[in-house]
Amino acid sequence: MSSLTSARFLKPVGAAGTLFAFALDVGRALFRRPFQTREFIQQAWFVASVTIVPTALVAIPFGAVIALQVGGLIRQFGAQSFTGSASVLAVVQQAAPIATALLIAGAGGSAIAADLGARKIREELDAMMVLGIDPIQRLVVPRVLGCMLVAVFLNGMVSVVGVAGGYVFNVGLQGGTPGAYIASFTALAQLPDLWVGLVKALIFGLIAAIVAAYKGINAGGGPKGVGDAVNESVVITFVLLFIVNFIISAIYLQVIPPKTG
Amino acid sequence: MGVEIKVEHLTKSFGKQLIWGDVTLTIPAGEICVMLGPSGTGKSVFLKTLIGLLKPDRGSVIIEGTDIASCPERELYEIRKLFGVLFQDGAMFGSMNLYDNIAFPLREHTKKSESEVRDVVMEKLDLVGLLGTEDKLPGEISGGMRKRAGLARALVLDPEIVLFDEPDSGLDPVRTSFLNQLIVDLNAQIDATFLIVTHDINTARTVPDNIGLLYHKHLAMFGPREMLLSSEEPVVRQFLNAQKVGPIGMSEEKDADELAAESDQELPALPPIPMQLEPSNGIPRRSQREPGAWCRDNGVTPPPGSFDDNMSMTTGA
Ligand SMILES: Nc1ncnc2c1ncn2[C@@H]1O[C@H](COP(=O)(O)OP(=O)(O)OP(=O)(O)O)[C@@H](O)[C@H]1O
Ligand SMILES: [Mg+2]
Repeated sequence: MSSLTSARFLKPVGAAGTLFAFALDVGRALFRRPFQTREFIQQAWFVASVTIVPTALVAIPFGAVIALQVGGLIRQFGAQSFTGSASVLAVVQQAAPIATALLIAGAGGSAIAADLGARKIREELDAMMVLGIDPIQRLVVPRVLGCMLVAVFLNGMVSVVGVAGGYVFNVGLQGGTPGAYIASFTALAQLPDLWVGLVKALIFGLIAAIVAAYKGINAGGGPKGVGDAVNESVVITFVLLFIVNFIISAIYLQVIPPKTG
Repeated sequence: MGVEIKVEHLTKSFGKQLIWGDVTLTIPAGEICVMLGPSGTGKSVFLKTLIGLLKPDRGSVIIEGTDIASCPERELYEIRKLFGVLFQDGAMFGSMNLYDNIAFPLREHTKKSESEVRDVVMEKLDLVGLLGTEDKLPGEISGGMRKRAGLARALVLDPEIVLFDEPDSGLDPVRTSFLNQLIVDLNAQIDATFLIVTHDINTARTVPDNIGLLYHKHLAMFGPREMLLSSEEPVVRQFLNAQKVGPIGMSEEKDADELAAESDQELPALPPIPMQLEPSNGIPRRSQREPGAWCRDNGVTPPPGSFDDNMSMTTGA
């Protein structure tokens, strides 16, 4: 009985271990030549094509909500001149990476898990290995890199769209002045804020692609197994990304002192 | 010339579920072997263990002095170049058309120019009767065609060992006969070691040199075709003659009551042993033995009517 309980507790640990081992395998395959340039471009394009439109649709309301919220709050403090800066800070540091994470995991990751899972149950991956090709090097590495690239790109896009959305709302609805919004950009925000957003996006892309590929490659039990793999990969990625986002933000705020107006 | 596969004390389970245990057999170089067994007895798992796609719990698979079950990944990729594998559903790469699928191993592992690749691909497509479909995607053709395309791809690198996972399931009887004839002709031509997993009794009775039977988590019997076809062993005779009377039931084995109820039933007589399928050019294969040779050497009287030319059950011969 006790062994059963411990087995139940250790199971997630074991699963995390195999996921990590898989990530190491991917890391090793990253340096094995020949690099699959074509697959990389195709995959990056594919992930971009399934994420761009939803990202734009998410980014606009995101920026607007932040502008409304922050704008309202800031007016109560009588610090309207910082609205622009607060928006930028919130969008670039938090909203953009989170929105990117949601879309990379929900749209990009699920597509990767479904694709690899389908190949797995059709025995395509087995056939590949028998033909002397390592599917990790051939299929997973280009997807991981593609996902990271697109994540950075999406992050940039959400930042721009979000800040622009904030501007429209601040100026159009809250009666802020264009000059003040733009002039306050640099009051609180600083360059490392941009970098950390970028780093977050890279790491989110990496995690989303690795989890999705891992789940896809280990799908089993027919078409239902593929569905389960997609579902699990999205849920696990969400949880991981929110945890990682918290950790990075905490470290960042410790290491880089916030700018004081 | 083909390569011998030596399997010793192989055991495989998934979690607590034992698939088969202590399987020991030697697949002789250049011969055709058939592995039979009811659905779900782990025939596909057995094939995958032979190529190192699945790791056994215990035991070894020795090919040219290397143990597949324990050798490092890099050696595994080398050894696998000896293999051609036809997977149960063909396992064609869904994103490539048939031509690119079949050209894939050549482009990966040889320095052949595109025109040489084209020659080989066209030759293999012709061999399996798929000329004219090279631009189709795997999703656009029937299961039987996918299987034949899979065979073409398995053959392009001139393998020393060819593994077939149910080449005949999902094919109509005529195509099955053609495919069986193709397998025999291929073996005569390339002398590779062939291992075929199948349910098809006709294939099992007429194609191979050796037959093995996986049943109830172990290898029930493995040996020359005539040995199994003349065997009185209950499981072997039931399966090879597709009878209801015997230890194999609908789900797995029959329970004691069912067996007791059958004990006084007269077992139907063993049917005659058919002639082995010969290469279509009439030149015997290297590993082919004279009909009845095993029975004579071992003092076994084959069932009456055996090795009569007219008894042959195949249409291809
Ligand atoms: N990767 C796996 N993980 C867990 N169980 C597996 C796995 N692969 C196969 N099995 C189990 O092993 C058993 C044997 O499967 P296998 O596919 O080898 O049967 P088979 O003899 O080829 O059957 P069929 O003739 O229907 O193809 C089945 O019970 C299956 O559930
Ligand atoms: Mg099978």
